[in-house]
Amino acid sequence: MSLTPAELTSSVTGGIGTSPQRPDGNLKVRGEFAYASDLWHEDMIWGSTLRSPHPYARIVSIDLTEALEVPGVYAVLTHEDVPGANLYGLEHKDQPVLAVDVVRYQGEAVALVGADHPETATRAMKRIKVEYEVLEPVVDMETAADDTPLHPGGNLVRHVPIRRGGQAPTADVVVTGRYEVGMQDQAFLGPESGLAVPAEDGGVDLYIATQWLHVDQGQVASALGMPLDKVRLTLSGVGGAFGGREDLSMQVHACMLALHTRKPVKMVYNREESFYGHVHRHPAVLHYEHGATNDGKLVYVKARIFLDGGAYASSTGAVVANAATLGVGPYEVDNVTIDCYGVYTNNPPCGAMRGFGAVQAGFAYESQMDKLADALGMDPVDVRIANAMTEGSVMPTGQVVDSAAPVAQLLKLVKDKPLPPVSTTLDLRSMPGGVSNTTHGEGVVRGIGYAVGIKNVCFSEGYDDYSTARVRVQVINGELVALAHTAACEVGQGLVTIMQQIVRTELGVQRVTILPMDTSIGNGGSTSASRQTYVTGGAVKAACAAVRDKLAKLAGGRDLSEVDLVELLGDDVVDETVEWRHRATEPLDPETGQGNAHVQYGFAAHRAVVDVDVELGLVKVVELDCAQDVGNALNPQAVLGQIQGGSAQGLGLAVMEEIQTSGGKVRNPSFTDYLIPTVLDMPPMSIDVLELADPNAPYGVRGVGEPPTISSTPAIVAAIRAATGLALTRVPVRPEHITGT
Amino acid sequence: MIEVVPSEGGVVPAAVEVGLVVNGEARRLVVEPRVTLLDALRERLGLTGAKKGCDHGECGACTVLVDDRRIYSCTTLAVMQEGRRVTTVEGLGTPESPHPVQAAFVEHDGMQCGMCTPGQVVSAVALIAEGHAGSEDEIREWMSGNLCRCAAYPGIVAAVRAAAGGAS
Repeated sequence: MSLTPAELTSSVTGGIGTSPQRPDGNLKVRGEFAYASDLWHEDMIWGSTLRSPHPYARIVSIDLTEALEVPGVYAVLTHEDVPGANLYGLEHKDQPVLAVDVVRYQGEAVALVGADHPETATRAMKRIKVEYEVLEPVVDMETAADDTPLHPGGNLVRHVPIRRGGQAPTADVVVTGRYEVGMQDQAFLGPESGLAVPAEDGGVDLYIATQWLHVDQGQVASALGMPLDKVRLTLSGVGGAFGGREDLSMQVHACMLALHTRKPVKMVYNREESFYGHVHRHPAVLHYEHGATNDGKLVYVKARIFLDGGAYASSTGAVVANAATLGVGPYEVDNVTIDCYGVYTNNPPCGAMRGFGAVQAGFAYESQMDKLADALGMDPVDVRIANAMTEGSVMPTGQVVDSAAPVAQLLKLVKDKPLPPVSTTLDLRSMPGGVSNTTHGEGVVRGIGYAVGIKNVCFSEGYDDYSTARVRVQVINGELVALAHTAACEVGQGLVTIMQQIVRTELGVQRVTILPMDTSIGNGGSTSASRQTYVTGGAVKAACAAVRDKLAKLAGGRDLSEVDLVELLGDDVVDETVEWRHRATEPLDPETGQGNAHVQYGFAAHRAVVDVDVELGLVKVVELDCAQDVGNALNPQAVLGQIQGGSAQGLGLAVMEEIQTSGGKVRNPSFTDYLIPTVLDMPPMSIDVLELADPNAPYGVRGVGEPPTISSTPAIVAAIRAATGLALTRVPVRPEHITGT
Repeated sequence: MIEVVPSEGGVVPAAVEVGLVVNGEARRLVVEPRVTLLDALRERLGLTGAKKGCDHGECGACTVLVDDRRIYSCTTLAVMQEGRRVTTVEGLGTPESPHPVQAAFVEHDGMQCGMCTPGQVVSAVALIAEGHAGSEDEIREWMSGNLCRCAAYPGIVAAVRAAAGGAS
């Protein structure tokens, strides 16, 4: 098989605002779409990773002798074999490619084996003798900063303070709360995998499932001690990402083995290893105090937020900034005091996951809004609308929200929907517990809850956030054809469809081919922060404009719409590459947290209806309705898919998903013990999509993927509270939290 | 009893020959008895349509048909299927003439990343044949062994319903 992915051309047409079929859809339904784990090379060997069994330990010695004697083993490598810098990381270079002297989390990579078969590698790994001196792990995020320092600079990764308005306010009504968010996993179905092929020029070609080719390239090249042009990455099929592929997993390891053995090396994690092989959503402890007037207007919000970054920083800094700057939610509050801390511990490393930082804060501030409504005797939607942000509102950072912020409208939309009827049938499938036959309706109580959330879109705090797109038009077999090329990663969200749609709209060319995504073109930025349609979409649009300008020159001033482009081009090719940036942002003031740090804000609201078996603590989400402003739905079907998917992952965090740790050790690294929503858990969703264009964004788009993940969780928990009368300050809500047993 | 032979790396079961009819074609292969049907398909026969999402019978991405019954190919051994007909997603249709379920998944966008899609498609083909596509509730119940982390479930249910001839 070819290692290079197929070019994607589809026979369907459709510009922006339509929902054409995704160009990789036919390959996917036929099983021919090549995911990284499907790659095969006739000469390849397999790489495996020996990982630490301890959350925190000193490495006393490593003995490779017996492992190297196993027949079929080509190489056994340790940190001594890392050719370049043995530290990498998205924000801080603090994570070793292979551990040196110390391991800081259970699952940390210690050694690599290259062998003729995965089982040979497993046998060899069992013969690597690592002697550890086990140390007491640091596991409490609230005290970690003052505990044993795990890194040279101590355990505080980042503190973001927000100081706005009066710092000693008083209010008629005050509600306080302490909330916890468990560690959620991205749980993408396609495990970490890739294939590294040593090249004749001494470099390496890596075929990889990732979210950000160029940042991988930079980190791999640094670890290999090679110039960038010797490390070439091509995107393979990506089986889901959700933030978990923004950091390196096996990229450097596979390349090291390939360069050492001069053979192609494939690495694929199994499901258990995947739980150790990528960063997770930061668990959080959030202390909140809300003060309001007797008529429900917020006077102040104070919060102390702790985010557990685990052993290495990853994107903890950005997560801390999001939780802090979005920490009061989509509400107008004049007086804000927030201190948000991200810390190192010996828990699993945490980083990006859909809604990063905003999800954790959202659960807490929406729980507080319900508590405030209760204290005031107000309707929970009314108290939210009374404080709802609008266009022109000022964020706690001082940033003016300069495009649509229809918070009240979104809340009204979900509130005004008809409620689902109480089930009158005895169909077990409609009951909490389902076909497990745990109830026929006895003990079942219905509850309704609401929530609204805010998420920043694109990269923030002065980051130079851009994407590069190349668009080429030519005549092939008498037909005008366009090719589009970027390094922006398609991970399932449908970026390749959007790129085709934009080219069709901008150039009027129906046949649009998407070239494989790779590092032969400039940076496409990360597929995260709901940014690709905005930024890479903007880059493709700009590249099309450049192509149009060239065509206009060829046409000698004639109106392009009246020119036969096939005739005009003949054998000529127009090929333009454009680097496109969104408007610049600013860093946050380190003392006050003030600054125009974000590019754009996205908003979504949910209403959840639940049935709770209060005797067994089982929850059935009966309906989960959503309203979201997307600026401009370039592909309405894909927009609905993002809202459904984001809401479902919020549902998972609300009632089922948590990586449970004990003393830093993961207790449930499998899909038997880490549950994600099935089709039976997915409730019917009525979705309202608003299209209030953002004048600053290409086509007016607003990032779609993350906002529904923010409000889904607190809406469901609010509904469970309404059904049970319980405080429920921790997610996921487990049966024992409901039954008290 | 499985014959075992000692080897330098420990005790390794002897390889055995197994015959399968895969996507209509008789195939013979020599595998160790412990090799799963999924690994035999993916690594020995080059059929990578069935995916390994968990290898523990939890996610459903490896679903194939054995004598028209759906089965998690990661939790059965190749040698257990001697002589049986195995249908993978690659055996369902052709690029020119996709299976109606495949066409419906594309039409209704019953996927995002697509990693679960081969399993979903195979599962849906069997579900319809089983007569379990009578309502959306029934489809959900009988598709619940196939996880989709992207949660393209509404599109999946719509696709199955359409392929089964119900209202879409």
